[in-house]
Amino acid sequence: MRLLVSDLTHRYDDLTVLDGIDLTLAEGEILAVIGPSGCGKSTLLGIAGGIVAPTSGSIRVEGEVPDGCLNPITFIFQDFALLPWRTVEDNVALVLEHHKLSAAERRERIDSGLRRIGLWEFRKALPKQLSGGMRQRVGIARALAVRPAMLLLDEPLSALDAQTRELLMDDFLELWRREKTTALYVTHNLDEALRLADRVCVLSRRPGRIRELVTIEEPRERRQEPSAQAHLAEVRDRLWHLMKAEAQMADREIARA
Amino acid sequence: MPDSLNPPTAAAASTMGQPVRFRGGGFTVKRHPWAALAAFAVLIAVWEGASRLGLASPLFLPPPSAVAHALSGMVTDGSLWMNLKASLGRIAVGWVLGTAGGMLVGFAMGIFSTARAVGVPLVSAFFPIPKIALLPLFILWFGIGEPSKFATIGFGVFFPTVIATYSAIDSVPRNLIRMAQSFGLPWRSILRSIVLPGALPGILAGFRITASIALILVVAAEMIGAEYGIGAFVLMAGNLMQTDTLLAGVLVLSLLGLAIGTVLSQLERRLLNWR
Repeated sequence: MRLLVSDLTHRYDDLTVLDGIDLTLAEGEILAVIGPSGCGKSTLLGIAGGIVAPTSGSIRVEGEVPDGCLNPITFIFQDFALLPWRTVEDNVALVLEHHKLSAAERRERIDSGLRRIGLWEFRKALPKQLSGGMRQRVGIARALAVRPAMLLLDEPLSALDAQTRELLMDDFLELWRREKTTALYVTHNLDEALRLADRVCVLSRRPGRIRELVTIEEPRERRQEPSAQAHLAEVRDRLWHLMKAEAQMADREIARA
Repeated sequence: MPDSLNPPTAAAASTMGQPVRFRGGGFTVKRHPWAALAAFAVLIAVWEGASRLGLASPLFLPPPSAVAHALSGMVTDGSLWMNLKASLGRIAVGWVLGTAGGMLVGFAMGIFSTARAVGVPLVSAFFPIPKIALLPLFILWFGIGEPSKFATIGFGVFFPTVIATYSAIDSVPRNLIRMAQSFGLPWRSILRSIVLPGALPGILAGFRITASIALILVVAAEMIGAEYGIGAFVLMAGNLMQTDTLLAGVLVLSLLGLAIGTVLSQLERRLLNWR
């Protein structure tokens, strides 16, 4: 599924958070969106997912929806958004409840997601019994259960510690190795963008405009190899240079406000 | 000034070691399981002793032994059960009516902004009325019998339930509702699977308040006009100067309150095990 954003602007009352965003997400592409706090990254994602109504501009999707897809555009949230009163498997079951499925298919969707992400033994556990990383894995299993055509990831690793973040990045890589799900990945972490994305969109400080779109030439599966490091370091320097100036200015604006 | 209070000078610090003194770990609460029991025992012993030694008149403050005797008399002659049954019946009917109505209105106010706009001022206006003041009016409307007591208790329970319910709905995390919407869950599923369980802790906390309101109102209503019931029993004992029987009735009320609280705690533990 492709995503086409054209001349998108969003205002909260007097505050313009996104200004004239034009963006195209190709089929199977993973686009990371980075930018300083308050630049409208999450708002952009909310608009793409239909839970924030844009002030003006258009956002459209095109293309085939895979077989068995129940919710083409699916979120993975920063705070996991799990129901604390439901077990792991019932949290996954929640998003299938309103669909007409045979009992066997329902079971299969829940179980295959949980098995793939290594949660099968914890299916009867409550969220409070799980670590942060495990909780986000439940969020991933829940997203997989609806067989999404596009994933919207809203800083999915920001609430986790550094080691857990590494582990979950591997999980995402594995996921994208098997399914070419188009993804919009919002983060403020350069390492995540460099590990996972095909292209990186750098947003300016508020009002968020596209500063630059940077393509990472090195294929995802080779980025851990020594030969890739020179290119990645170069991209990293370039992204950091773009981000640093914006972040510094955003910081001063916050201090002045 | 003692040496230990003076920070060592830089030169001294480098040469002589000093053990690090424990300075406290915050105010930690220690458990003293026997303290409560001992406090009760001491209170009862002092009370009994004062009575036996003639320091307190047994007519105005009968000793615990006399209260216990009166209580056992109530058990054997069946008056305890008869009065307790009457009070419990009134609490049950009044509380269930008030709670059902209150939850219905509270849910409407929690979910629909129009219902809230209409409801909040009305609830704010009616909530502070001491509901027992309306009992004479309810007696005129429904007669001196049971319905006027049900109405008083029900009315007293209704408003706190409304407030607890709609505040509980307000406290359901909005990110969970957005999550459900992003997965296309219909409105009814969101209500059933997210709003209702998410509001349950607040609603149960409201039950604790309304249960104690129901207990206060049943006693007050029974004192105004009832043949049976713990409130009527206590009032009658007072009129006859039977202070031991009076205190036995008060003891029953205290135990009743304790029992209701325990049942609610169990309910919370069962239903909110996910917290």
